[in-house]
Amino acid sequence: MSEPTKDPASELIGKATGEPATNGLLPSTGLLPSTGLLPPTPGQTVGPFFGYALPYERGNELVEPGTTGAVRLHGTVYDGAGSPVPDALIEIWQADSAGAVVRRSGSILRDGTFTGWGRTETDREGGYWFRTLNPGATEPGRAAFFAVTVFARGLQDRLFTRAYLPDGAGAPSADLLDADLRDGGPLHSDPLHADSLDADPLLASLEPERRATLVTSREPDGSLRFDIRLQGEGETVFLTYDGAPGAGRDGVGA
Amino acid sequence: MTDPGRDAAAETAPSAGPDAAVESQAQLSAEIEAGHDAYQKGLEQGAPEEFGPRRDWAPYRSSLLRHPTKDLHHADPETIELFAPVFGERDIGALEADLTVQHNGEPIGERIVVRGRVVDGQGRPVRRQLVEVWQANAAGRYIHKRDQHPAPIDPNFTGVGRMLTDDDGWYQFQTIKPGPYPWKNHFNAWRPAHIHFSLFGRELTQRIVTQMYFPGDPLFPLDPIFQSIQDARARDRLVATYDHDVSQHEWATGYRWDIVLTGSHRTWTEPEDGDE
Repeated sequence: MSEPTKDPASELIGKATGEPATNGLLPSTGLLPSTGLLPPTPGQTVGPFFGYALPYERGNELVEPGTTGAVRLHGTVYDGAGSPVPDALIEIWQADSAGAVVRRSGSILRDGTFTGWGRTETDREGGYWFRTLNPGATEPGRAAFFAVTVFARGLQDRLFTRAYLPDGAGAPSADLLDADLRDGGPLHSDPLHADSLDADPLLASLEPERRATLVTSREPDGSLRFDIRLQGEGETVFLTYDGAPGAGRDGVGA
Repeated sequence: MTDPGRDAAAETAPSAGPDAAVESQAQLSAEIEAGHDAYQKGLEQGAPEEFGPRRDWAPYRSSLLRHPTKDLHHADPETIELFAPVFGERDIGALEADLTVQHNGEPIGERIVVRGRVVDGQGRPVRRQLVEVWQANAAGRYIHKRDQHPAPIDPNFTGVGRMLTDDDGWYQFQTIKPGPYPWKNHFNAWRPAHIHFSLFGRELTQRIVTQMYFPGDPLFPLDPIFQSIQDARARDRLVATYDHDVSQHEWATGYRWDIVLTGSHRTWTEPEDGDE
């Protein structure tokens, strides 16, 4: 911080200079010398009492019943003893079936607009479900996935993971062809085949056993199953997007 | 959404056994201190500074079976993860940023205003984004069936709020200062007073849920959840500051708490062209 006025962050913040640190107050928080950025606000557990605050009516219904191409994404959250976790909160964020990122409000209002985002709490048996659409891949040649965020009592900080479609970018299905559901933008011209799972950089970086924890299974009724294991055998691969060295270590990453 | 059958589970870890409830604060405090000492020694030996809580942190007994044992796996965020869901005025009721007007009467307690800015690691405002809060009442009681401790429910206080940040990243809400409350982690365990926050950033990677605390709380050193953050500077980032400019004449005292959501961008990169 020898030349704070040249630091883009301090200019934006106005008076982020060498003042002594003050609790939780941005202008004097100070920049991290290692990155030139503001230090992140730490996470804390969602606790036991989120159930009356965060879940909301039809939070898990991204599309209405009977919508063409609707798919049920469901699963169970387990702890390290294999017991279901009845007080977890699951959020999904996804592209539409054509792979377009939806930029529309209404996730809480739920007026029939597909927003790509949903939230639900687990039930007494640790189960959760969403009614949504198969996501399209958001980048050419990549595999399609739901971005999943997990919160729970006893879990100190949220966990990110991905739930990939079992058939990669998705075999052409009714929902892909339903123009009414498309959010605009053309379907990807890349071949839609399971090879995209093998080509996916994240999946390719994992041992087969670990990789399997990120891929949904297609049930006989057409639904997608994605169980989440917080700990132990079959532990789900959880992600950090933070590129800093060691960011995956417990407590280090943002 | 929640039923009374779940009450019994409360805050007791499934593996903690019948003796868990008789563990003393002294035992817990010793565990906390040992953990923090190990962190300090690690820092001296070149281990990286920590910015978040430890998920693997035994003093918070409910975490024992609920933390991953493997390191988080690095993934370069893909397009969907570089966007965040959009929320609008139509998602939120006009009165949701005032937790004191949700019933017919005035809630009991110390009326406060909490105000702050949500920014990314480069100090850029997180604009028009959803902030959700929930909290106990002035007596430390939640309106939740799993909170059955003998403190009064306030019929005029639910303790849930929602708002959007403004174009400069500011949020503000009016509420009642929450009380500390007992929990079942160990014998005579008390959580410092706090307000839960759920925050979205400019992209999914910045999503966090956290807790805001009040300055000078004597329960800080005793609390396994607050102390799950090993680094003292990082803990301080969760503590609001009394701000007389936020206080309102003959009406409410004011607290300021700013929030930094860095997500995938903790590593320095040149600002993108066209960023406001």
